[in-house]
Amino acid sequence: MAESDLKGYSHDPGASTALVTTSTSVLENLINWSRRSSMFYLLFGLACCGIELMQTGGPRADLDRFGSVPRATPRQSDLMIVAGTLTYKMAIRCKLLYQQMAEPKYVISMGSCANCGGLFQLSYSVVKGVDKIIPVDVYVPGCPPRPEALTEGFLRVQELIKREKQKNKFRPKRDSGETGAGYDVPEVV
Amino acid sequence: MALDQLVMTKFGEGAGEEMILNMGPQHPSTHGVINFVVHADGEVMHKAVPQVGYLHRAIEKIGEIVTYPGFMPYTDRIDYLAAMFANEGYALAVEKLLGVEVPPPAQYLRAISCELNRIASHLISLGSMAMDIGAVTPFPYALRERESINDLLEALCGARLTYNYHRIGGVAFGMADDWAPLCRKWLDHFDRILDEWDRLISFNEIFIERLAGLAVIPLEMGIDYGLVGPNLRASGFEYDLRKAHPYGAYPDFNFKVPIGKAYAGAHRGGQVGDTFDRFYVRVLECRESVSIVRQALDKFPAGEFMAKVPRKIKPEAGEAQSRIESARGEMAYYVVSDGGERAYRVRARTGSFLAMGIIEELSKGLMIADLVALIASLDVVAPEIDR
Amino acid sequence: MTALSFEQVHQKLSARFGEAIGPVQPAKKDAFCTFAPPRLVEICRFLKTEPDLWFDFLEDLTATDHPKQNLIKVVYHFYSYRHRHIFVAKVEVNRQDAEVDSVEPVWKAANWMEREVFDLFGVRFKGHSDLRRVLLPDDWIGSPLRKDYSESGGYRDISNVRDNPLDLYLSMDRQLKAEQATPELAAEGKAPAAEGPPVKSGA
Repeated sequence: MAESDLKGYSHDPGASTALVTTSTSVLENLINWSRRSSMFYLLFGLACCGIELMQTGGPRADLDRFGSVPRATPRQSDLMIVAGTLTYKMAIRCKLLYQQMAEPKYVISMGSCANCGGLFQLSYSVVKGVDKIIPVDVYVPGCPPRPEALTEGFLRVQELIKREKQKNKFRPKRDSGETGAGYDVPEVV
Repeated sequence: MALDQLVMTKFGEGAGEEMILNMGPQHPSTHGVINFVVHADGEVMHKAVPQVGYLHRAIEKIGEIVTYPGFMPYTDRIDYLAAMFANEGYALAVEKLLGVEVPPPAQYLRAISCELNRIASHLISLGSMAMDIGAVTPFPYALRERESINDLLEALCGARLTYNYHRIGGVAFGMADDWAPLCRKWLDHFDRILDEWDRLISFNEIFIERLAGLAVIPLEMGIDYGLVGPNLRASGFEYDLRKAHPYGAYPDFNFKVPIGKAYAGAHRGGQVGDTFDRFYVRVLECRESVSIVRQALDKFPAGEFMAKVPRKIKPEAGEAQSRIESARGEMAYYVVSDGGERAYRVRARTGSFLAMGIIEELSKGLMIADLVALIASLDVVAPEIDR
Repeated sequence: MTALSFEQVHQKLSARFGEAIGPVQPAKKDAFCTFAPPRLVEICRFLKTEPDLWFDFLEDLTATDHPKQNLIKVVYHFYSYRHRHIFVAKVEVNRQDAEVDSVEPVWKAANWMEREVFDLFGVRFKGHSDLRRVLLPDDWIGSPLRKDYSESGGYRDISNVRDNPLDLYLSMDRQLKAEQATPELAAEGKAPAAEGPPVKSGA
């Protein structure tokens, strides 16, 4: 299966069988445990899902108990929770922020608007899904998803990291050309 | 000679020039995705030009594509923090076009849900204002109370944030029998929380020092720029749409309209219409909302919660405007119908859009940290601006 | 403090401006009247400064598009805080060459609202201090809220079409089964074909 077929999709279904049969080594376990236990997420709340993101980080459904705190800058974050509708005007900035994050980085697409455009698919100015410009690991459906749903999505990302192998990463390397956008990010935004 | 004098003689007067910074659109302190192009000379700004449109989702165009009842979920997204008000405004406009009379229990349910939503919206606004200033603690306190309101509204209508509760002709669901005692219990608890809030942050000395006397908006300037809601009331103007042009169940309720009175105190430089007034007017409005919900629960009438409306809503050709007092100010819906199933034009004029026009004027001479306080005090949310 | 009715306000305006004020349109829930474009700023200044009228709040400034009449009607809603009365007026402009005077000198609130009408309808406002797009990106082509607007296939390189993911997964699944087919299975005739029947996309 050619890599070009997987534009926008970060999972190679053929590799899942490989993950089941081979296991991660002790060093990889240690690295994965440390990575998944302190994932800092970028505050990328765009719309209504951003409020539920804040409530998830709030007192009742607490994201801090997983070791994750919100960061305002992409340079210090590992996880980008795209919460809300992405418009064309914002898409360039979203791409720029994703590129400013350091590897390893993961993306949760939260809510219907980030998954596929949501109820704004009739709109002329909405990107129909954030995976048109950046690769997504976990999609959390809902409008907006409950804090419990987002927490489940977060735990799924932790599961993915748990099974990650350093040598044959199941996530294909992403450059700016492979994610389907195909345009140059301007230098001065 | 001193270093700055040396710089001036060597490089000339233009050495202390302005730098142009980009604040946003992804920023923890702009309320939503708003960009500010800040022309600053060090910390002091020459002006801050807002750039919006990062959340323009074409809701008004979608109003021409979907049917009248089908547009109700989109009105939630016009202002997701105070979604009940947006629902109600659209329902009132279409009911005016249809000529439908809403039964009293539906009006009371609308008032109860709207006032609870007002408290929830003000909690986020106050909490995030404190967080932007630097006091991070009040924000989880506000979120905790907001969780209880979310639970109450979820029991009432099934959703936590974008309710889609009001319908054209009434509301979607009635009140269950055990909802009113739960609500009353929470209201008693919330009274104590408001006192705790005052002790926690409202009269904190550092907080008042930061906000007193900052970005005073004189009344004429506020009216000229089109400010509405708590922003205008903080400038000392006693105008509330619920009292001036009452709609729904509001004529039955007895409540005060808090206005700005330089609550920071003259000894700290507080003036009528400064940032602290805009903050404290919202705290007082929460108290009034609690009183309104109590009165509504006490006087709740019996009857149907939905009027008889035709299955296909096709108002005759014409136009109607409805105005409601939302948490962020006066929201006006202008619906034009051409006799068909879909609206010809839906327009939502929101308070936050007009508040953006005044930021450039007020930001002259402020410091960048003060700009954050100013934006927070005007209580703008990005979807109201961009729709 | 006396609230005037729509007809009374209209009478005052007609007495002062005569021909420039159109007749009161019948109130199909909301009455309105039409202003003539050349004297718009003058009429607005009169509305704001006349003591009996005192419309100090420009409540709404928007537009509606009527391609059949070849008009764009710019709608103004005025409100007076002192007298608590409202007034609605419309100014009709040609669709091809939509230009009208800006009322920004009268109410500063018109600044951003006129920028929005310019952005979404393409109506130019003469005398506006800073007329540029406010909601859409600066290099957007077209005025979306016009009735004859059609999308031009996305923005820059992001397309506005989303494929049905079911199609892609079904074809990937079929290809995987075809790859896993061993020669023994092929001899037995149990190997699935690489290309299945075409899938109707449910979009």
